[in-house]
Amino acid sequence: MPPHFTIDDYVDAEPRSRHSADGEPGPLRVGLGGPVGSGKTALAAALCRTLGAEYDLAVVTNDIYTTEDADFLRRNAVLPDDRIEAVQTGCCPHTAIRDDITANLDAVELLEARHPGLELVLVESGGDNLTASFSYGLVDVQIFVVDVAGGDKVPRKGGPGVTASDLLVVNKTDLAPLVGADLDVMRRDSALVRGEKPTLLISLREDPAATRVAEWVREQIRARALQEA
Amino acid sequence: MSAALLTLADSRLPAGGHTHSGGVEQGIEAGLVHDPRSLATFLHRRLVTAGAVAAGLAAAACGAAGDRGALDALDAEADARTPSPALRAASRQQGRGLVRVGRRAWPTLDWDALPPTPHHAVALGVAAAVAGLTARDAASAAAYLSVSGPATAAQRLLAMDPLTVAAVTARLSSEIDAVAGTSAAPQGHGGHVGPLPAAADPLLDLLAEVHAVRNDRFFAS
Repeated sequence: MPPHFTIDDYVDAEPRSRHSADGEPGPLRVGLGGPVGSGKTALAAALCRTLGAEYDLAVVTNDIYTTEDADFLRRNAVLPDDRIEAVQTGCCPHTAIRDDITANLDAVELLEARHPGLELVLVESGGDNLTASFSYGLVDVQIFVVDVAGGDKVPRKGGPGVTASDLLVVNKTDLAPLVGADLDVMRRDSALVRGEKPTLLISLREDPAATRVAEWVREQIRARALQEA
Repeated sequence: MSAALLTLADSRLPAGGHTHSGGVEQGIEAGLVHDPRSLATFLHRRLVTAGAVAAGLAAAACGAAGDRGALDALDAEADARTPSPALRAASRQQGRGLVRVGRRAWPTLDWDALPPTPHHAVALGVAAAVAGLTARDAASAAAYLSVSGPATAAQRLLAMDPLTVAAVTARLSSEIDAVAGTSAAPQGHGGHVGPLPAAADPLLDLLAEVHAVRNDRFFAS
């Protein structure tokens, strides 16, 4: 680099600001990622039902086709239409949540403008593979959802979603005996690759309220409020 | 040639371009694009119409950076050349994305002279100016982007050989340069802005409108 420059000239000294013009912190943004069919939309719906009465919340969906998941959320009357935004990902759901998050930022900002008191935004990714993860330019925390039916070797196989997500959710534990999956193996392998980061084994069929995941989200919102104070 | 120009024309610049197909998705649906030859024809047609208009607007906006009144006028000129509401929305969406990343890359008050969601070509002109580039550079970036994005979209949708698609785009280089040069020319006379390119393509307008009401599209436009 030229001698009259310091490294500070090359970096953005201002951290990404979430504060609106009047200094209010924006909503907590929670990413929901994971392979196709693992239960991301079902989890989003469960969180909307459980947390909708407590928090001012909205959802961004990223689907292969435009509105499949958004329609599911609307059909199940989980949220009013004006709290759901669907994003087109140009055949590349992975890019839209990690490499070029523009379309998702637009959707989040639109929801924030429409609902000034927003406290929680769930950003549900399109179904992808084990390498998919959210940019922290888009979300504050991310949940990665895998399922038992995908095989008990999934946690061991790792990938950024499994190893680095803030919360790993292993869904469909009710299917374990039917597909010959060993939940203890999944629990042990998850702990091995994730260190201190939490993993929850759940069944949305048996607990449609996603009680423990909702409690984790509440903790994140409380932690953020303390941070702001 | 400046590295800043390469940055602006780089498809990896996170400005939201990857979610737009430039009409290719609907062109494929309509049977207009199905192989390398038909893709090249589509891209060339797009270059000399939408590409030329974007290049002219970007060059003019580069010269008008920081001038709110002039940029508002150019934004209105862009509207006048974009009769399709779907294409207007797509252009403004990409303009907003470019301003978002441009502000972080080149922080300057010049961004504030733009409308909140400017047309992409107008934002691109300002981005070129604040990055220290010329009007001709702005036109080059606009002309190149008018084909590079749609080419990638076609590759994804048709599972085409990426080397073939790269070759098609690469061989359009001289036409891209020619369009950029011609479109930027009116800005060359002592800063006076001459008539902007106004090439129309009803086909692209129509494809965009049909595409916008589809429920099964991958791309935003």
